[in-house]
Amino acid sequence: MGESKLDLLQGTLDLMVLQTLAAMGSLHGYGIARRIEQISGDEVLLNQGTIYASLVRLQQRGWIDAEWGTSENNRKAKFYSITRTGRKQLAQDAAYWERLAGVMGRVLAMQNEGGGQ
Amino acid sequence: MTDSNGTSATTNTVSASLRRALSRLRSFFRKDSLDHDMTDEMTSHLEMAIEENVRRGMTPEEARRKALVRFGGMQQLSEQHREERGLPWLDVLGQDLRFTFRTLRRDRSFAIVAVLILGLGIGANVAVFSVVNTILLRPLPLRDPERLVRIVEKNPQSGESSKTYTADATEEYQKRNRSFQDVTGYFAFTGPDNFKLTARAVPLPVTGILVMGNFFQTLGVDPVLGRLFRPEEIVKNARPVTLLSHAFWKKEFGGDSSIVGKAISFNNTPVTVIGVLPESFDFGSVFSPGAKVDLFVPYIMDDFRDDGNDLALIGRLKPGVTLGAAQAEADMLLPQLFFELKHPEYGKGYTGQLTVLKEYVSGKLHRSLIVLWCAVGLILLIVCVNLSNLLLARAAARSKEFAMRSALGAERGRLVRQLLTESLVLASLGAMLGLGIAYSVTAYLAHQGSIALPLLSSVRVDSTALAWTVMIAVAAAVLFGLVPALRVSRGDLQEALKDTGHGTSEGRKHERMRSVLVISEVALACVLVVGAGLLLRSFLRVLDVDLGFQPSRAAAISVDYNDGGNAEKRAAIWQEVVRQVSMIPGVEAAGISDNLPMSRNRSWGIAAKGTEKPKDNDFIGIFVYVVSPGYVNAMGMRMMKGRDISWEDLANNQNVVVINETIAKKLWPGQDPIGRIAVAGGAEVRVIGVIADVRESSAEDNAGAQMYLPANKNFGPEGANLVVRTKLPPSALASSVMHTLRDINPGQPATEFKPIQGLVDHATSPRRFFVLLVGIFAGLGLLLASLGIYGVISYSVTRQTQEIGIRMALGASRSRVQLGVIRKTLLLALIGIGAGAVASFAVARGIASLLYGTEPTDPITFAATVVLLAVVALLAGYIPARRASRIDPMIALRAN
Repeated sequence: MGESKLDLLQGTLDLMVLQTLAAMGSLHGYGIARRIEQISGDEVLLNQGTIYASLVRLQQRGWIDAEWGTSENNRKAKFYSITRTGRKQLAQDAAYWERLAGVMGRVLAMQNEGGGQ
Repeated sequence: MTDSNGTSATTNTVSASLRRALSRLRSFFRKDSLDHDMTDEMTSHLEMAIEENVRRGMTPEEARRKALVRFGGMQQLSEQHREERGLPWLDVLGQDLRFTFRTLRRDRSFAIVAVLILGLGIGANVAVFSVVNTILLRPLPLRDPERLVRIVEKNPQSGESSKTYTADATEEYQKRNRSFQDVTGYFAFTGPDNFKLTARAVPLPVTGILVMGNFFQTLGVDPVLGRLFRPEEIVKNARPVTLLSHAFWKKEFGGDSSIVGKAISFNNTPVTVIGVLPESFDFGSVFSPGAKVDLFVPYIMDDFRDDGNDLALIGRLKPGVTLGAAQAEADMLLPQLFFELKHPEYGKGYTGQLTVLKEYVSGKLHRSLIVLWCAVGLILLIVCVNLSNLLLARAAARSKEFAMRSALGAERGRLVRQLLTESLVLASLGAMLGLGIAYSVTAYLAHQGSIALPLLSSVRVDSTALAWTVMIAVAAAVLFGLVPALRVSRGDLQEALKDTGHGTSEGRKHERMRSVLVISEVALACVLVVGAGLLLRSFLRVLDVDLGFQPSRAAAISVDYNDGGNAEKRAAIWQEVVRQVSMIPGVEAAGISDNLPMSRNRSWGIAAKGTEKPKDNDFIGIFVYVVSPGYVNAMGMRMMKGRDISWEDLANNQNVVVINETIAKKLWPGQDPIGRIAVAGGAEVRVIGVIADVRESSAEDNAGAQMYLPANKNFGPEGANLVVRTKLPPSALASSVMHTLRDINPGQPATEFKPIQGLVDHATSPRRFFVLLVGIFAGLGLLLASLGIYGVISYSVTRQTQEIGIRMALGASRSRVQLGVIRKTLLLALIGIGAGAVASFAVARGIASLLYGTEPTDPITFAATVVLLAVVALLAGYIPARRASRIDPMIALRAN
């Protein structure tokens, strides 16, 4: 398995984007993509362009806002920031993921014990 | 997680989805600007990536390549972005629509034929639905019409008189019943043009109905202007007032609202207009189909106490009271009511059949309309089968195109969707055309005062009809689009691509499907033609009926005169009118009667003297005509025995009567009635003549008892209709007759000179209406079926061009080829006719009650239908057969 990257589960990318924006404040698409790559240690299989479908989705749901602005290098770019409902949604989704991760961890641990018998 | 958290999470999600849906919709309409935005954003992304890569020390080319790789496929990502952002299915629909319009434009003749056929089918359906909806389904345009009840005598003997009640009985019933909120009535014997509007250049004849004071309140009709009758206006010698119908107010007074409170002049008496009724209230269409009513005046009970039964009753049930309970009460109460309170010796005892008003108005038409509805449904079915066939042929011709598209990666579902889009587009275009047709047909029907169908004047394409249109259009599209669509989607890709397409017999399966469609089309058309044939034969029978009078070349005009209430003076005026009109060149006979057959009617009781039991209800109901000499001749009635009434009978107040054969046989069976004495109208009358029965109510019902009395002091007429029999067309005499009447009485209003034939036409108009419509549908069905046969045979000949060429090259003669095609056609037609004939037997039994003098298994109709269909099929098959026989083997073999 070692070399292949992780496929993203449906909805995972949205959560990553929300979390990134919550942590970093206002950011453009390239910045978000780079940040996720860095944090994941390049373990995630992500075409950077995929981020834009996710951004449209989140924006349409009212969880993030977008505004054209100028980047640190004086380049025109669209900047995204998380909204209040976005933060609420993030809290919910994060809690859900943590619970799911906990459960998955326990379930998989049990299988290992079973295999040892 | 607590409850409140859960709820807020849900609302959050719901509002988020809602926002998303709206944004998607908005994005759909801002494609260009959003695309621009997206490109800008992605470009900026790439530039930033390149910049960073360069900073890391890559060459510009390398930096660009890496950035593009990391970004991913630009095209797919843009597409993904668009799908997330907008409404992808709508985009696909748009593509399908554009493609459909392109294909249809390419195949213009097919599109035009399809839309025309569909337009006719849908138009006919919507028009008939509008009629059915108005007459059967929609509630009457009155307040809470389901609680309105018509009250008539059970088993009415004859005419309106035995369906009506006296003023006294009505008042008693009003007082004593517990079931009705209110009981009201109107004077049932109003003839057309019973008033004349005076104080103007030429007096105008108008029709006014006498209604009880509470009439409009009970029905729930509020005036649009002014007010209804007040209690002080419905008593004897009250200040005369009137309410105008909306149409009359618009026509005569130009919709001038200041007319309320002003006086207009009837018969030289000023009458105050107190209000105008709403447009939605059309008295004629509910109570007297085909009649136009101009105004309403109060029925003053005290003026009619001695006049016998003349009120037609309507009641409004109290909330919660059932029809059954009201009926039970009526059965108990009505037999106790006296005819006249002042004269208990006249007897008592009514009956009452309670019917919901709507049912009373349109119940009789229920079956006819359902038949009409079914007929028009059959038409739509034939249309669908026809189109299915056309599309199937097209799909076969396009099978290569579809196979190619499918080979290029189009999904099967996408192909089916494409075909269904095509049929939906066709159906929508057809529905638009159909709506246009339906609008004009209903507008035409609504103005046909000559068709005696209730509520017809309010027929229009309303929102229900629009919904119905959408429904049948979609249903039709699915029906005719599905078969070809499924065929295409099932098609074998390889075979289709390999198939050379022309020259050989196509797959048997395909052909069988088309044959089945054609056969069912012929069968459906057969059912329609048989139905129409039976109805047509019934109609011809009705026209052929011996009416007892000759309606052609006779006309009637309502005569106005002023006799000051003196019977002798009236007799003199009548004699003068008849004498002068008879002298007009071209006039063969002239006479006056107060009532005309198939018009309003009135009946009294009659009994042979000595057999009658006074104070009992043992009189026979008899239609009464108060006439002058010459009326019998002018109408073309046949005197069987004795003599006509003479001017002396009028002048000398003779109690004589002319009776018809029916009552003569009833009162004096097997004896000579001449000279016998009968008791009628409260007097003893001597029979002086017997005439042949006249169909007085309708052309279809047998004649009832009739008597003709001289208009003298003992028998007062209600109005006067001058009947003139001519050698010329009646219209040619109109002006000279009017001229003569004006000479005698300058106040003669401009009443119409109406052909007697019009009365008969009016009475037979519902039947004519149905026959005409069903006939048109049958013709349409026949045309469509022949088109279907032609299409299938012609198509198979085209497909077999090569095969036929080979056969002819091998020695088959022209006639043999031709015969082969015709045999195939006839086989299809005969199977269809056979199936249709069997179905027709069942259908004919269903419409048996609508037939007149015709058996549902009428062999002539069935035989004619079979021959007609076979001939049509032969014609439809002959053209392609001819073409097949003209195929030049050399050319056919070389082609392809």
